[in-house]
Amino acid sequence: MTDKLSQSADKVLDHYTLFRQPEYAAMFEKKKTEFEYGHSDAEVARVSEWTKSEDYKAKNFAREAVVINPTKACQPIGAMFAAQGFEGTLPFVHGSQGCVAYYRTHLTRHFKEPNSAVSSSMTEDAAVFGGLNNMIDGLANAYALYKPKMIAVMTTCMAEVIGDDLQGFIANAKNKDSVPADFPVPYAHTPAFVGSHIVGYDNMIKGILSNFWGNSENFDTPKTEQINLIPGFDGFAVGNNRELKRIAGEFGVKLQILSDVSDNFDTPMDGEYRMYDGGTTIEETKQALHAKATLSMQEYNTTQTLQFCKEKGQETAKFNYPMGVTATDELLLKLADLSGKPVPASLKLERGRLVDAIADSHTHLHGKRFAVYGDPDFCLGMTRFLLELGAEPVHILSTSGSKKWEKQVQKVLDGSPFGKSGAAYGGKDLWHLRSLIFTDKVDYIIGNSYGKYLERDTKVPLIRLTYPIFDRHHHHRYPTWGYQGALNVLVRILDRIFEDIDANTNIVGETDYSFDLIR
Amino acid sequence: MSLSENTTVDVKNLVNEVLEAYPEKSRKRRAKHLNVLEAEAKDCGVKSNVKSIPGVMTIRGCAYAGSKGVVWGPIKDMIHISHGPVGCGYYSWSGRRNYYIGDTGVDSWGTMHFTSDFQEKDIVFGGDKKLHKVIEEINELFPLVNGISIQSECPIGLIGDDIEAVARAKSAEIGKPVIPVRCEGFRGVSQSLGHHIANDAIRDWVFEKTEPKADFVSTPYDVTIIGDYNIGGDAWSSRILLEEIGLRVIAQWSGDGTMAELENTPKAKVNLIHCYRSMNYIARHMEEKFNIPWMEYNFFGPSQIAESLRKIAALFDDKIKENAERVIARYQPMVDAVIAKYKPRLEGKKVMIYVGGLRPRHVVDAYHDLGMEIIGTGYEFAHNDDYQRTPHYVKEGTLIYDDVTAFELEKFVEAMRPDLVASGIKEKYVFQKMGLPFRQMHSWDYSGPYHGYDGFAIFARDMDLAINNPVWGVMKAPF
Repeated sequence: MTDKLSQSADKVLDHYTLFRQPEYAAMFEKKKTEFEYGHSDAEVARVSEWTKSEDYKAKNFAREAVVINPTKACQPIGAMFAAQGFEGTLPFVHGSQGCVAYYRTHLTRHFKEPNSAVSSSMTEDAAVFGGLNNMIDGLANAYALYKPKMIAVMTTCMAEVIGDDLQGFIANAKNKDSVPADFPVPYAHTPAFVGSHIVGYDNMIKGILSNFWGNSENFDTPKTEQINLIPGFDGFAVGNNRELKRIAGEFGVKLQILSDVSDNFDTPMDGEYRMYDGGTTIEETKQALHAKATLSMQEYNTTQTLQFCKEKGQETAKFNYPMGVTATDELLLKLADLSGKPVPASLKLERGRLVDAIADSHTHLHGKRFAVYGDPDFCLGMTRFLLELGAEPVHILSTSGSKKWEKQVQKVLDGSPFGKSGAAYGGKDLWHLRSLIFTDKVDYIIGNSYGKYLERDTKVPLIRLTYPIFDRHHHHRYPTWGYQGALNVLVRILDRIFEDIDANTNIVGETDYSFDLIR
Repeated sequence: MSLSENTTVDVKNLVNEVLEAYPEKSRKRRAKHLNVLEAEAKDCGVKSNVKSIPGVMTIRGCAYAGSKGVVWGPIKDMIHISHGPVGCGYYSWSGRRNYYIGDTGVDSWGTMHFTSDFQEKDIVFGGDKKLHKVIEEINELFPLVNGISIQSECPIGLIGDDIEAVARAKSAEIGKPVIPVRCEGFRGVSQSLGHHIANDAIRDWVFEKTEPKADFVSTPYDVTIIGDYNIGGDAWSSRILLEEIGLRVIAQWSGDGTMAELENTPKAKVNLIHCYRSMNYIARHMEEKFNIPWMEYNFFGPSQIAESLRKIAALFDDKIKENAERVIARYQPMVDAVIAKYKPRLEGKKVMIYVGGLRPRHVVDAYHDLGMEIIGTGYEFAHNDDYQRTPHYVKEGTLIYDDVTAFELEKFVEAMRPDLVASGIKEKYVFQKMGLPFRQMHSWDYSGPYHGYDGFAIFARDMDLAINNPVWGVMKAPF
């Protein structure tokens, strides 16, 4: 023990420096050798190598039961996100209370914003007798304390397993004056053991729309020129929804976003805490019934909702997280087609600038191999954009992806010579992706923060472009949709590529001949 | 310190005003959880460890969070299966910064998420068969795993699965401990029962079924660290002090801990408990069964660290006692320098705390060491014994709130305008929007460690950077 301490008031060492000091290194070594009874370093090294092998990959892909590092959450968080895009709406999650703490935490860690939602806090007695009293008291408390304009009810798996009936419970609570009879309390059953967060999103949007539009089919509903748009569960919603509104403004189209979280998840710091901010108003939601069409930006987030819109006589169109030049073209052409207005010159100019930027940078993208993972629609959108850049999407993986989705991805890959080494993996997880990357190397991974473990293990650089992004700040404030969004995505990818080249060419006198000033 | 300077707010009146917003039934219930600490009080005069009221935005979690998220999750050489639907494990994946050293995916699994990903058919037909398969697959793909725990999510207890039978069968088959934990989220009223259930599972499925390692050689100086989850490295900056005074830390529960450390714990001469709330159960059990005494300690802030080191050393011989004095003296210049640097910037600043476990009382003296004052504190999931331990730390007039609701906390903070709010991620941005400096005191706001002398320097620096950042000064637009 020397008398010199590593820690000091002058230069406070953080964990990433402190624990590398010799006294801690010695402590770790002692703990390991004397107390942990772990496996030998040689054995750990052997197994580590084995996990990178084809043999391991075969065993890994033979898995039928355990899911490891999936790219999906459960329904209620998607439902909560959907509800939070409506003005003054308080999500009320019926079931165990811990779930709500988790959803709020998860969304907060990504958006760096408060996230408000309540639980009916069901416990063991409610498991036996049902959660009716929790609903009655819970709605009354939530209404009195948080003064919402709407309470959107969804369920945890506990309430689903015991079979609580939301419609009956809400009616009952209204009879007991928990909330006024005319107060909107839309609901959706959101069992965690069916689908994932994107299905929960779909269920809740449908629940809210049917609350105001009625459940019955009516193909002859009178129509206006308005076009509805449902963004879907999107970590970049703050930037993207604002970009969509800007595009609609350029167009002069009356575009109504159904569930717009962009203001609620991006409130200013000015001394006032806004529990609710912005969002689709109740009046707008009601009027949206009369829109001539509803567009979905994410097909797999809106399967039932779009069907419901059709039953109201609306035209529908679905996209798959449209990113890049041609996907944006299609979106704009659809808007032009529906509105009867030409694509404005200003957007055509933006398109030209985007294409110009791609042309300026194509040498660094051409032939680069990518792994992409995330929600089904994101994967489709990202794959298309990569192909457009001359990059090669190789492994495209989504735990929420179905067989149908795999075919859809394959079709996109088949449409380009750059897609020939690509394959889609639906229902697979990030531990599968680890095997894929070790056995069939890529240059870059596109995903979310969870991908940093893949980056660490495989040394393949990660580009964070989808929810959740916990360990980088504020990217969600910038759009990824539209030509402007595509430009942002392009820059993010290029920055990572250039940083990677720099990091690999910065050893003085050894590799730095390629440490180029100009690229 | 005089509390009359703490606040110009009539706190009792404030409580009544805030309660006014509730419907009558809930107002009566919530009133029992709020109090202003009286002089010479034996406890905080609040009711605790009862059900949260529906619809009020409690900050609490669930039993699964207490077991998987807190107690079991950090044991690094085991794989913890989030058994049931995908969400619980997904949301708690890498959420708590339980630092560990190991080759993740090969001999350690702390930052991975394993789930049986229940589908509708598993709910209808039961998930035991799937669980068998999950364990087989884990053992094949991760041959170096030293044990497996089954962390039950809500549906498990509702559909009548027999995970204990699966655990027994699979443990025999793979020759490793397989531990079923009945921590379904609907059990109990908060994380707290999950801690207890997790402790009981260690008692029944580790202590009862395994033995300390045959080659383990005891010394008279063997202690354990119980209830330190190594958030940002807390257990490490604690362990180093215990080793410096000549003790041997034979087990860490559970941050950076291993199965072997759990198994060897009955060999300890004394169990040292940091988070009393989450692990007192197993300490009491070991006292009864193995005759191992346990002692609470507090490694937040130099006053408490020195007091704790002396208390711990007092259990051992003169050599250890002398070492403790030497260690305290060794760190004192650094502590003095930290206080000299930061105290002038923090003195008199008022803090409101709302967290869980031990921190609503344990961190108080660390703030006092920096000249700061606590004007409100409360626990997410305390029991009465926590509130009995609290008056020792806080002063008369302190506002106490148990299982505070988002509504109440917002109103209290708004009225009392502390200089710092110390709470969790769900609260962070609410108060920052209000223009109040904030530190997360669950995750140390991605900083830490905060334990030990090395941690105190970081703690002091962090409180300073939160309170004295220039951003608060530009909040108001000049137009």
